Amino acid sequence: MSETKLKRVDLIFGEYSNVKYKVLTDTIKRSNDEILDDLLESGLRGRGGAGFPTAMKWRLTSQSPSAEKYVICNADEGEPGTFKDREILTRVPRKVLSGMAICGKVIGAQRGYIYLRGEYKFLLPDLMKEIETYNEHAKSIGLDFPIEVRLGSGAYICGEESALFESMEGNRGEPRNKPPYPTTSGYMGKPTVINNVETFVNVMMIMRLGPVQFKLLGTTDSRGSKVFSVSGDTPIPGIYELELGMPLDRFVDEFGDGDTKAVQVGGASGFCVPRKKFKDTVIGFEGVPTGGSMMLFNSSRSMYNVLHNYLEFFEEESCGQCTPCRVGCQQLRKGIEAVKKGDKKSLYLDQLLKLSESMKLTAKCGLGQSVANSFSSIVYNFKEEMIY
Amino acid sequence: MATNKNSYITELVEHYGRSRTSLMPILQGVIEKNNFISDHDMTDIARELDLSAAQVYGTATFYSFLDTEPRGEYIIRVCKTITCDMHGKRQIIQTIEDMLKIKAGETTPNKKFTLLETNCLGWCHEGPAMLINEKPFSGLTPEKVHDILSEYMHK
Repeated sequence: MSETKLKRVDLIFGEYSNVKYKVLTDTIKRSNDEILDDLLESGLRGRGGAGFPTAMKWRLTSQSPSAEKYVICNADEGEPGTFKDREILTRVPRKVLSGMAICGKVIGAQRGYIYLRGEYKFLLPDLMKEIETYNEHAKSIGLDFPIEVRLGSGAYICGEESALFESMEGNRGEPRNKPPYPTTSGYMGKPTVINNVETFVNVMMIMRLGPVQFKLLGTTDSRGSKVFSVSGDTPIPGIYELELGMPLDRFVDEFGDGDTKAVQVGGASGFCVPRKKFKDTVIGFEGVPTGGSMMLFNSSRSMYNVLHNYLEFFEEESCGQCTPCRVGCQQLRKGIEAVKKGDKKSLYLDQLLKLSESMKLTAKCGLGQSVANSFSSIVYNFKEEMIY
Repeated sequence: MATNKNSYITELVEHYGRSRTSLMPILQGVIEKNNFISDHDMTDIARELDLSAAQVYGTATFYSFLDTEPRGEYIIRVCKTITCDMHGKRQIIQTIEDMLKIKAGETTPNKKFTLLETNCLGWCHEGPAMLINEKPFSGLTPEKVHDILSEYMHK
């Protein structure tokens, strides 16, 4: 059994150095190009789910000509099955702030914001204390980059970067058209780097360890480790930091309850992988990417109920701005209900699959586009459960 | 309508500033004080920030935590998303409904509690979970909920 144990990593939650903000103090003495080269070399890709190369995002923003720039930490963690950012902000907030400050120096930003979801408001008192310490330290080392917190108010869509900017600007959290991308026009229309909480911690760890050691973890396409949020039918739910690029069957060996029928990788907007595909599925950017959410379902679960729950979620969280998403989410839910009740023939599922494909092509943002991920992967793999 | 402006609006506006970027913090401040944002508050905020009332209303009604109808002193939000649902959310709601004698979505007549269902709270590994105002409770069982709520009922 012991050789099937997945390699545990202790990068993100590892201890602070003895000297407060040592890595930050050392790093800001280096040139921006050196820092960016290290990031590029490390192969770090964003940890929010989309996996955009971090070095490229930072370089593009640093090259955007503007006197005003911003760094935003996206802590609007709302994907069902994800709770790692809460854990990171609770246990190692200093690493997050350090990563943000390094970014601020590299791109030449004057200010950083943490957009914290309203559901995590209880974290605020401790977080504010750490931010106060940081702000004092930054001043003492001559870094003019204060950080503050903005709160969300219970809208999943605000995790989408442009909706998040809208929210911070006092508007409804409705995603913008892209391009322009945040690298040229983000918060207040200024060049902005927006990264996930975990990405900033990774940056900080790359600065501490160097890119070579960081690269020892993971695979060519998925460098480093990842914090996984494991929930559902598992005897050991919780937060685990594991190497990227692991096969799903080994994951299930370790976390399943022996009766795992499916794993939802990447939350409600991710993919549902059935048992027969565990062996051939790799968790990482070369296979099935994830923002960290891993939900296990055993054979006692109805995949119809699971899908129905997701669709209700999307229906409520859709911002309602574009028709494919606003109407599509409703129709998908009503559609599977009709098939289940027998009001529609089972062939109707094919039409619903087509609808989800249309949403993928035509919805304005990632929410509407990714409904098809879970919809089609559940309907294809568990068709009988949708009908009977 | 020339009515008296609530002093807390003035305080919030002065604290956060009169720009559109202050709108969310101001609305959140009103929630912290009253647990809901009244029409009156919205028009006052609009006037202070030089926005139309429709713009303030538009923003306020977008967010599920910015309630625009009266809520109880304690707002209970039970997570209904997948893992909490799988691990017995229904019994949790049932227990609360029985204790408070209201249905989900309702407020007790004494305006002390409002019971709502909400989407993922980020406690999937310890579901079912709920928030009472901003305080999270996880790993809930009907017994545990009973104890927590009893305590609040005596507050």
